[in-house]
Amino acid sequence: MGMTLTEKILARASGMQCVHPGDNVWVQADILMTHDVCGPGTIGILKREFGKNAKVFDRNKIVFTPDHYIFTKDEMCLRNIDTCRAFAKEQELPYFYDPGTSSYSGVCHVTLPEKGHCRPGEVVFGTDSHTCTYGAFGEFSTGIGNTDAAFVMGTGKLLVKVPASMKFVFDGKFPKGVMGKDVILRVIGDIGVEGGTYRAMEFAGSAIAGLSMEERMTICNMAIEGGAKNGIIAPDAVTLEYVNRRNVSGKKYECVYSDPDANYFSTRTYRAEELVPCVALAHSPDNYAATKDCSDRKVDRAYVGSCTGGKISDFAAAAEILNGRKVAVPTYLVPATVEVAAAFDTVKIAGKTLAHIFAEAGCLPPAPPSCAACLGGPQDTFGRTNGNEVCISTTNRNFIGRMGSKSAQVILASPYTVAASAVTGRITDPREFL
Amino acid sequence: MNVITGKIFVVGDNIDTDQIIPAHYLNLVPTNPSELEQLGSHALSGLPDALGRFVPEGAMKTPYTIIVGGRNFGCGSSREHAPISIGAAGAKAVVAESYARIFFRNCIATGALYPVESDRRICDEAKTGDEAVLDMGAGTLTLTASGKSFQVRPIGAAKDVIDNGGLFEHARKSGMLK
Repeated sequence: MGMTLTEKILARASGMQCVHPGDNVWVQADILMTHDVCGPGTIGILKREFGKNAKVFDRNKIVFTPDHYIFTKDEMCLRNIDTCRAFAKEQELPYFYDPGTSSYSGVCHVTLPEKGHCRPGEVVFGTDSHTCTYGAFGEFSTGIGNTDAAFVMGTGKLLVKVPASMKFVFDGKFPKGVMGKDVILRVIGDIGVEGGTYRAMEFAGSAIAGLSMEERMTICNMAIEGGAKNGIIAPDAVTLEYVNRRNVSGKKYECVYSDPDANYFSTRTYRAEELVPCVALAHSPDNYAATKDCSDRKVDRAYVGSCTGGKISDFAAAAEILNGRKVAVPTYLVPATVEVAAAFDTVKIAGKTLAHIFAEAGCLPPAPPSCAACLGGPQDTFGRTNGNEVCISTTNRNFIGRMGSKSAQVILASPYTVAASAVTGRITDPREFL
Repeated sequence: MNVITGKIFVVGDNIDTDQIIPAHYLNLVPTNPSELEQLGSHALSGLPDALGRFVPEGAMKTPYTIIVGGRNFGCGSSREHAPISIGAAGAKAVVAESYARIFFRNCIATGALYPVESDRRICDEAKTGDEAVLDMGAGTLTLTASGKSFQVRPIGAAKDVIDNGGLFEHARKSGMLK
């Protein structure tokens, strides 16, 4: 019996010829990612368990990206960044993206790809559930807690149960107006928020192959919202073009593909043409509705940002809608990284920069790159809900209180749908404007 | 530990990590003892107000020993602060129909909580404040007042890890780590 992409990567990383779903194997990590929210706790455990002079297993394999609570006056948050900084210095970490310096980048899940830390066939662990994003590059990538992360930091290894794979095949071509976000919201709507628990979600088919890396990242990013251990897409020419342009160390890697006779837990096949712009209504990512079916619902604010929906192509999509139009509700823009923020002044649509389009449309001035209000955060966080707002957002979670206030509602949607809804002040199918 | 006795706190399905520990408390670092205690005082403070408070206003500890939930308990973030805050508040176990993967694993790695699975939907048949006995040896959760008993599944080898106080302690006691 052949192996799936996920099984093959885990077999290789554990030195096994073959692994099966349910096997527990010790996996060698290629990258451990952590940030300001979980980094200090992870460091605390590393020192407690391995001694105060403990060293990380390989300083070239730690990627440290403070990104959550950066632009705040909260003293505890600032202390946590200092803790990260002191550790990075002590351990001489080459990949510490330090806030307040020219090396700062922003949101981890966009930083790792941009800075060349994502390569096909590798294994990434990260102290963040959306670590599954990097599966877009054909690697195994999953979120872990501080204790497991400290174990990886000290030993380079982690015990992993091999997940069975669920395959989602999209044949054809996605229609205009449908983005990666619509694809993953549809899948989560179909399988439910625990439909992928203990599984790998593998996305395949000609429509997926037709997507950019950033769109693939959006899809894999939200595998966790289906409960999955990892999301993954086989590498192809699009992947290699991106990876080879950025690969930080020129590190060698080997692409891995599912065997033709691999065994899947389940397979769902979609005709890409049938997908439509959609939303997940409050308070669950599986609360699927076609955008056109809820156009009577008003929104109080719009938010474009986060690892899921704060990339260059996300803002370009929003700008495509907002060009020459005015927003009807406060519209918050938070580029995921410094590179994305810089693109506001370089990427043009119809001869106008994104920055120009957003300003003309009446959006609030963009915030500096970070996770910002995607997960609420300290009281002074840009875009945080503090009352009973209804916020339509390109982010990934709409749990009660997720963006700050327990009384607020968060509606998840693509950048197209968020921008179209910002223009009208109600949930709006972006195809009306495209 | 096999038997846990005390009051239960009842919640429903998909209790996510933002409800267990809202993100603005993630500035607290769990390896600092005083901050761990504070995390405990905020455990489950993101729940809708109608469900009542797990930790009373102004208190640091919870009067509840066992949380009873529905499906997909602990979904969302990988924040280890979630199981840790519940444990720091003084609760010992969660009994739910199913768990989100990372939360379940974090319970074991930290040794903070026993994540016990039930076949029945106990959360529909019990109410917050009921006294109960969770017997992990016998595989039962029994409501003291009514005597009603529900089967729970064994946690398996992971129970030893929690008994020993988490991944590192277990690794040392079993000779995997020095």
